[in-house]
Amino acid sequence: MGSYVPATAAERQEMLQAIGMRSEKELYADVPASMLLDRPLNLPAGKSELEVRREMEALAAKNKVYATVLRGAGAYDHYIPSIVKYIPAKEEFLTAYTPYQAEMSQGILQSIFEYQTMICDLTGMDVSNASVYDGATAAAEAAAMCRDRKRTVTLISAAAHPDVINTVRTYCYGTGHELRVVPCRDGRTDSEALKEMLTEDVASFILQSPNFYGQIEDAKALGELVHAAKAQFVLSFNPISLALLATPGECGADIAVAEGQPLGLPMGWGGPYLGIMASTGKLMRKLPGRIVGQTTDSRGERAFVLSLQAREQHIRREKASSNICSNEALCALTAGLYLATLGPDGLKEAAKQCLAKAHYLCGALCAIPGVTLKYSGPFFHEFLTVLPKRDEVLAALDDAGILGGLPVEDGILWCATEKVSRAELDRAAAIVKEVLA
Amino acid sequence: MKLIFEKSMAGHRCTLLPACDVPEVELDSALLRESELPLPELSEQEISRHYTQLCRRVHGVNCGFYPLGSCTMKYNPRIDEEMAALPGFASVHPLAPEKATEGCREVLDVAAQYLCEITGMDGMTFQPAAGAHGEFTGVLLIKQYHRSRGDLGRTKIIVPDSAHGTNPATAAMCGFEVVNIASAPDGCVDLEALKAALGPDVAGLMLTNPNTVGLFDENILEITRLVHECGGLCYYDGANLNAVMGVVRPGDMGFDCIHMNLHKTFATPHGGGGPGAGAVGCKAFLKDFLPRSALMEGEGRLQVRSFAGNFLVVVRALTYLLTLGREGVPEAAINAVLNANYLMRKIRGSFTPAFDRTCMHEFVLDLSAFKKETGVSALDVAKSLIDRGMHPPTMYFPLIVHEALMLEPTETESRETLDEAAAIFRELYDLAFRDPEQMHTAPHNAQIGRPDEVKAARSPILRWTKE
Repeated sequence: MGSYVPATAAERQEMLQAIGMRSEKELYADVPASMLLDRPLNLPAGKSELEVRREMEALAAKNKVYATVLRGAGAYDHYIPSIVKYIPAKEEFLTAYTPYQAEMSQGILQSIFEYQTMICDLTGMDVSNASVYDGATAAAEAAAMCRDRKRTVTLISAAAHPDVINTVRTYCYGTGHELRVVPCRDGRTDSEALKEMLTEDVASFILQSPNFYGQIEDAKALGELVHAAKAQFVLSFNPISLALLATPGECGADIAVAEGQPLGLPMGWGGPYLGIMASTGKLMRKLPGRIVGQTTDSRGERAFVLSLQAREQHIRREKASSNICSNEALCALTAGLYLATLGPDGLKEAAKQCLAKAHYLCGALCAIPGVTLKYSGPFFHEFLTVLPKRDEVLAALDDAGILGGLPVEDGILWCATEKVSRAELDRAAAIVKEVLA
Repeated sequence: MKLIFEKSMAGHRCTLLPACDVPEVELDSALLRESELPLPELSEQEISRHYTQLCRRVHGVNCGFYPLGSCTMKYNPRIDEEMAALPGFASVHPLAPEKATEGCREVLDVAAQYLCEITGMDGMTFQPAAGAHGEFTGVLLIKQYHRSRGDLGRTKIIVPDSAHGTNPATAAMCGFEVVNIASAPDGCVDLEALKAALGPDVAGLMLTNPNTVGLFDENILEITRLVHECGGLCYYDGANLNAVMGVVRPGDMGFDCIHMNLHKTFATPHGGGGPGAGAVGCKAFLKDFLPRSALMEGEGRLQVRSFAGNFLVVVRALTYLLTLGREGVPEAAINAVLNANYLMRKIRGSFTPAFDRTCMHEFVLDLSAFKKETGVSALDVAKSLIDRGMHPPTMYFPLIVHEALMLEPTETESRETLDEAAAIFRELYDLAFRDPEQMHTAPHNAQIGRPDEVKAARSPILRWTKE
């Protein structure tokens, strides 16, 4: 059996004696005897490291690893630089806990402070927290930040990611608040409908841009409508796209949220990911979760601490702005590291290549008879096509080791990142053409 | 040390991507970013050294003793990391077709099966990303259950005053009124206070057992019976599951739903504050209320985040479970309890345990009398431990003990480590009488002196700005 208990049987016996006990059973004397498990657990016997490795590798081998990924829809296959994989694996970062003891945790605290700075610079917002769980919970927490006694309703665009809408709905179910979904027209939020739905009880509107269909929304204009109605504007962005696209700050967002997975985190079948949250300075004390602040130590030197803790559950209990405790600190460290590794030029290059490759793929696909682009607005790296024989097309791509786009409504939602080459895109388009011929 | 921005030099960079091999695309200028993108510019070696310098200013459990009570800082095995990094797990798209993700689904199925067996539950979800998120998920199960029965008058959740702050915060996020009940003098649930709080308006009780002072509540069957009798459900906060796994099961204590912190009990790393994973288990009658992803599994259920949860954390936890197996799981629990009792006994000659009886996996020291005598606080002791290379215990928690220090050594520490720790505590006890000033101003050899937290909160600096 495998074990990480260092003490030998003899040592354990001596330790029992030292506490005046004869057997391990006495340790559990407080547990009513009738409740004690009177049989071994129905689990397999423990194993050596080599056996465990074989078993886990066999499980991993049951998954298909695609050579080419043309699917996004909330999780994106970007190139992860080697150093971005190795540094977060350092045991100091990996096996520390929340930096409660600042004098022993400056490295973690500084990494978060650097992350917060980079997120502010990327988004054009004033303040970032140290992360929440993922993009969906970030949106849900943002909605909670905006509500007050008079304004209790949250609006969300129907073109936001379905998991985000459903998560916000769940958080609203929790507190008993209402969520209303603003319909789309031609793959983008219907601004006329939004205008009508911005009633006096609306606290905030959550917009995603680029949206679930890949379309870039007219965020500035929609934000103005929201502000005209005295509600708050929550903008969910794609972090890579911000190297090119107008920032949430420039679009007038009060709170910017995002799924941070594109910033150097593996797709990992859904997690761990990173919930990015940034806001205007005005909302600083309403942000949920941990925030790192700069101060000075007893010697007058720069030091970092967990700050503004009066917002948090361990102080405020049932009056806290959120119950979040553990967050995604290591993912935040990874995202900061990723942004530093790419640098301004590298991030712009990655974003430009996403844009260029997605448009190249779109052109190649739409040149095939029978394939049409469903929505014609500007897009970043995702787009929706309608085509016949959808299942056959995806199956043929799959056979060739290509994960095609996601079936969405009556079409396929494609994504291309900087990671795919022209040759791969040509090959995918040729397969689609062959199936439809 | 310098911030990464202060090391930035224009033009320094890493070469990562090939030149673009398709035509460039221009977007309408109205859509474009106007402001600069002031990210740092460094070469790969400069980045590597920056983070190496940072990691030298971090103390992880794999670096040294970390008896942070209620956080279960046990050793994080390396094999778990390697398995989570396998491309067959790490490179899988969450929306890849079912037949391409059979291995991922099997990981969740097997992990669910093992964890149900350990906890005595019937159904499990891995969607919650952390413990508090699991609490949220679990209390939502309770809410949905009552609602589905048209039982709409249950508006209250009972929480003992010894509970972690996430419990009341969670109940509030689920729309419940929180009823805090005082603990009995022995640190356990006061049955009379519980009875007084129970009624037709109670949706449920949130409880940790062993509780936050490290004691197993002997009345647990009576507690869960009373709650059920009045129509409420019982929620088990699995923060302290490490003490009892394989020995006694929450399901057999009468709990209806639970969360586990995979990053505590099942040895996945805490990552400087996360990611964790908060698997939630429930009895059969609650299974239909478990959350699921709208995009992966269809609409119609609640969901607490995107996709299937922190999957790669579950991979690590399963690797750990396969390693320990049926004998190793209770062995870990028993040794966690043995280590805690051994350390408590060794320290007892100096500092005073808040409850002087056999503890579970952790114990609380009450330094209030010591502080009166010496003027040295729990905080001073904690900071003095840092000078001696030990991560301090949890401070000032639970709130029902004054000047509390809460120690949880876990099963992965050797007797030598515990002996050394006890010796340090004795040394500090003596030092407090001899030279209290040295302790008021500790730490002296740490990365920094005590930080000014008041200043940090009063005039917040939350990002770096170029001078």
